[in-house]
Amino acid sequence: MANLGDYLLVSGLLFTIGFAGVMLRRNIIIIFMSLELMLNAANLSLVAFSRYRVGTDGFPNYNAQVFVFFIITVAAAEVAVGLAIIVALYRARQTTHVEDISSLKF
Amino acid sequence: MSSLLPWSVLLLPLISAAGIVLITRRWPAISAFVSVGSAVIGFACSCAIFVSPPAATAEFTWIDLRPLLYVPLGLILDDLSKMMLLLVTGVGALIHIYSLGYMRDDAGKSRYFASLSLFMFSMLGIVLANNFVMMFIFWELVGLSSYLLIGHWFERDSAAEAAKKAFLTNRIGDFGFMLGILMIWASTGSVLFQEVASQMGRITAHPGYLSVAALLIFCGAVGKSAQFPLHVWLPDAMEGPTPISALIHAATMVAAGVYMLVRVAFLVQASPQALTVIAWIGTITAVMAGLIATQQNDIKRILAYSTLSQLGYMVMAVGLASGEAAMFHLFTHAFFKALLFLGAGAIIVMLHHEQNIWKMGGLARKLRVTFFTFLIGTLALIGCPPFSGFFSKDAILALAFEKNTAIFALALFTAFLTAFYMLRLVLVVFFGKPRSENAEHGKEAPFVMTGPLLVLAVPAFLAGFGFFARTFLHVPHAEGAGHLVPILATGAMLVGVALAVLLYRKRESDPIDFAIFRRRFYLDEFYAWLIGITQELLAKIAAFFDRWIIDAGGVGGASGATWGVGSLLRFLQVGNLQAYAFLFGLGIVGLIYFTVFG
Repeated sequence: MANLGDYLLVSGLLFTIGFAGVMLRRNIIIIFMSLELMLNAANLSLVAFSRYRVGTDGFPNYNAQVFVFFIITVAAAEVAVGLAIIVALYRARQTTHVEDISSLKF
Repeated sequence: MSSLLPWSVLLLPLISAAGIVLITRRWPAISAFVSVGSAVIGFACSCAIFVSPPAATAEFTWIDLRPLLYVPLGLILDDLSKMMLLLVTGVGALIHIYSLGYMRDDAGKSRYFASLSLFMFSMLGIVLANNFVMMFIFWELVGLSSYLLIGHWFERDSAAEAAKKAFLTNRIGDFGFMLGILMIWASTGSVLFQEVASQMGRITAHPGYLSVAALLIFCGAVGKSAQFPLHVWLPDAMEGPTPISALIHAATMVAAGVYMLVRVAFLVQASPQALTVIAWIGTITAVMAGLIATQQNDIKRILAYSTLSQLGYMVMAVGLASGEAAMFHLFTHAFFKALLFLGAGAIIVMLHHEQNIWKMGGLARKLRVTFFTFLIGTLALIGCPPFSGFFSKDAILALAFEKNTAIFALALFTAFLTAFYMLRLVLVVFFGKPRSENAEHGKEAPFVMTGPLLVLAVPAFLAGFGFFARTFLHVPHAEGAGHLVPILATGAMLVGVALAVLLYRKRESDPIDFAIFRRRFYLDEFYAWLIGITQELLAKIAAFFDRWIIDAGGVGGASGATWGVGSLLRFLQVGNLQAYAFLFGLGIVGLIYFTVFG
């Protein structure tokens, strides 16, 4: 049986992979996916905390799990908006590489 | 209703001025009529006030911050102000009538009469004010209206400059006056003449403070009464129309300073140091103006310097602690000096605005009335017995003889100078051969101008006699001087007359030439130089402050700081998304660190 530490380890790994993706990749879509990965790493740790925090009545604390539902909902909306922006950006610039998008440099 | 009569005297000229400016401006004849009417009615009301028994006047509260400050709008009606009221409205009314003739064809006739009425209003305000604040306001109003009148012919640069000079010079004195009022208010807590007089104990406890306050008040009189060293505006003020010279420089504006000093005599006389300074300032002015007058060639300027000299006498009398002698001389002087100025005006108009005495000559036969009245004025001015000036000047000389021999000697010398320059003027203008085209064809002025001359000639002759003068004011009694002073004064006068006759009889040009007197002791040049360097210095300081403190420090500093910070911060603007994300992450880490461990 996996304990809380294992879950947190996986969550940390996922977050690190996501962060590395955001930092190192050049394609906006990949960066976007990495962002989602980080988000879900956080979700995983929230669920794990919820599962392992059992109250005196023998039930786990479901607040965190409800919270995760909210995050998933908001993330879905965010993805819709984000992808739309990326599509618009591609139409304008014919590229999805962050290095090519630097108009706001001084 | 008698309590409202003084108010109506005060407000009539104001109503007239407002009416002219607002309504009758386009019809000069009506404006002149309104203004002259207000002056004549004012004189009639003043006569009624003079003969009626003292009655309380209506008083209005203006500023009421008791116990800190209480300023009513109230009038004072004692013997002093009643006499001045009569003098100002009387001489004023005559000058209004005379102006009808003098300004007949002037383009700015309405403006002239509006300013004249405003001037009368301000002057009456000074005379009637029962507190320092009110007096100061009217004091400033006199400054303003004299500015308007002196600069009446503002198209001429010299007139505009003279008006400016008069106003600014007066302002210097007025500033001292204001400080003096503040000092008195600070120590007694009141600005009413009566209350200050009853609270004098609070100031006399500090003699130094009292002297400074009295001298600051005197500053106001120095400006208005054109005493040394602020006398420079008065001769230049002759640029105004001649009736204005007569009004401002004989009976009213310059007399205001002396009147004010007599009004606050309780204050001035409490400080011996201040009295000494005042007496000497008066003496210096009298002698200096007399010396300058001997070498002037403009008929009005000679009279202007003689005014200065006579004002010096009055201030001298105030300084010798006799307000009565000062007021006596002011009273007689108002008549004969107005007479002389109006006579000079008649000459000037008939000679097509020629003012140089060396271009006149032989006018005695052509302008008979003018000559006759001018002669009476001259004899009164030089103190020839039994003309009015003799008595009033004698009163001051006797006073000086009792109190201070040095001042007496100088006053006597001034009497000699007065006789000398006035006889020079009369001889050159009225005798000898005509020395210009205009002088040959001169003819007598119309009756509207000679009428006031004749009327003024009567008091100019009579005003000195006890029976006449005592009706209006307290005539001072000279004790102990005996017959010595009148004999000495008459002697000095006769020497002056003899010398003038000797030097100037049948002359074509001036036989003597003292550049220092002709150039007025170079005081104007000195002031120009002084103001020049002061202004230069101030301008340099201001320029330095502007360039280095405001420009470099304030404006330059703000813009430089913005630029510098901006150019540093823009290195962070690399245009790389990941760099931003990284910095963002760092920021989050920092935030968490401070939240958890901070």
